[in-house]
Amino acid sequence: MAKHRILIVEDSPTMRQLLAFALKRLKDVDIVEAQDGMDGLRKVTSDHFDLALIDINMPVMDGLKLVSLIRGEENISDMPIVVVTTEGAKEDRERALALGANEYLTKPIQANKVLQVAKGLLKVA
Amino acid sequence: MSKDRSGIFSRGEEFLKLFNRGAEFTKELLQENQRLRRQIVQTEMQQSTAAQDPDDWDKLRYQLMEQIQDLQEERDSALERLRDVERENHQFAERYVEIEEENNALANLYVASFQLHSTLDLAEVLKIILEIVINLVGAEIFACYVVDEKANRLEAVAAEGASLDSFPRVPMASGIIGSSVTSGNTYCGDAAAPTDFETPIACIPLRVQEQSIGAIAIYRLLQQKERFTPLDHELFTLLAGHAATAIFSSRLYAQSERKLNTIQGFIDLLTK
Repeated sequence: MAKHRILIVEDSPTMRQLLAFALKRLKDVDIVEAQDGMDGLRKVTSDHFDLALIDINMPVMDGLKLVSLIRGEENISDMPIVVVTTEGAKEDRERALALGANEYLTKPIQANKVLQVAKGLLKVA
Repeated sequence: MSKDRSGIFSRGEEFLKLFNRGAEFTKELLQENQRLRRQIVQTEMQQSTAAQDPDDWDKLRYQLMEQIQDLQEERDSALERLRDVERENHQFAERYVEIEEENNALANLYVASFQLHSTLDLAEVLKIILEIVINLVGAEIFACYVVDEKANRLEAVAAEGASLDSFPRVPMASGIIGSSVTSGNTYCGDAAAPTDFETPIACIPLRVQEQSIGAIAIYRLLQQKERFTPLDHELFTLLAGHAATAIFSSRLYAQSERKLNTIQGFIDLLTK
């Protein structure tokens, strides 16, 4: 069975570790971390990923910019994206979804919720 | 003429076949009729015998009643087993949710503890404390205070949601923060209270071996977070000990580094 490759784009090492911790409960998963939007863009355009978890507030390039760039990139435009953020306002959620995010999770996150969303988007049981 | 004759023959054959089938059917009916008659006679005989012997009737009735009783007991037992299985399933489902929650809590606590002890740099430690409080607790405005022993007060050294100047210097044993630090008790108030820098909604004293070294004061939670959860209280307990130890260790490390550099400087001076 092919491994699911997941990209976590998040500037906080604590959140990166927590997200990776949650996602490692999936079978056959390969997790790659990026610490800001630009790093995320470099990685997502140079490698194949089945899913990306992206924070909004990040240095160098914010998460929403990265989401719109991914959706505009032909080869990766259909990659599922989960936005993970502290921004809980309705407008922020609508904006992220309008830009092409598949799911919008607000912090503080629960590991099992992340896992459930990832399973849904990766279509695994 | 020959055509008419052959037509008559074929119709005759058909009629003969039909007649034969009719005869077979009649024969079958007669046989069936005989079988039924025999059965009626047999049943009548059984009835008359049974009726003649009331004990047989009672025996039969008793047997049937016993069978009914057995079946009812079997049914009740099956229903009881089904109810047990349903109860067990429900308990398993509840236990699963509990375990998932525990798993979430452990994941958060593990990550928080791991990160807090991942560095000996004070600035890094403070950054990690801020990250934990934002991302794992879900606070929007908060500050990390440390004890200024000379001035006998608490001073904010790292903050989120407002500038450091916004957070007041707190005399020891004064107000919610001072009292919490002096007593070593975590304070947890109304999470929905309006933001007031004099009155935090939660205060976690940071202590190392009964020695207070500071506090984390939370003034507002993120919009989507309505109240503190049991997991938050576990995180507060972890922060109270581990964040304190991390700050304490990083300060000691910085001091020892400074001393080491001084000693190294002297040694270099003497050996040159």
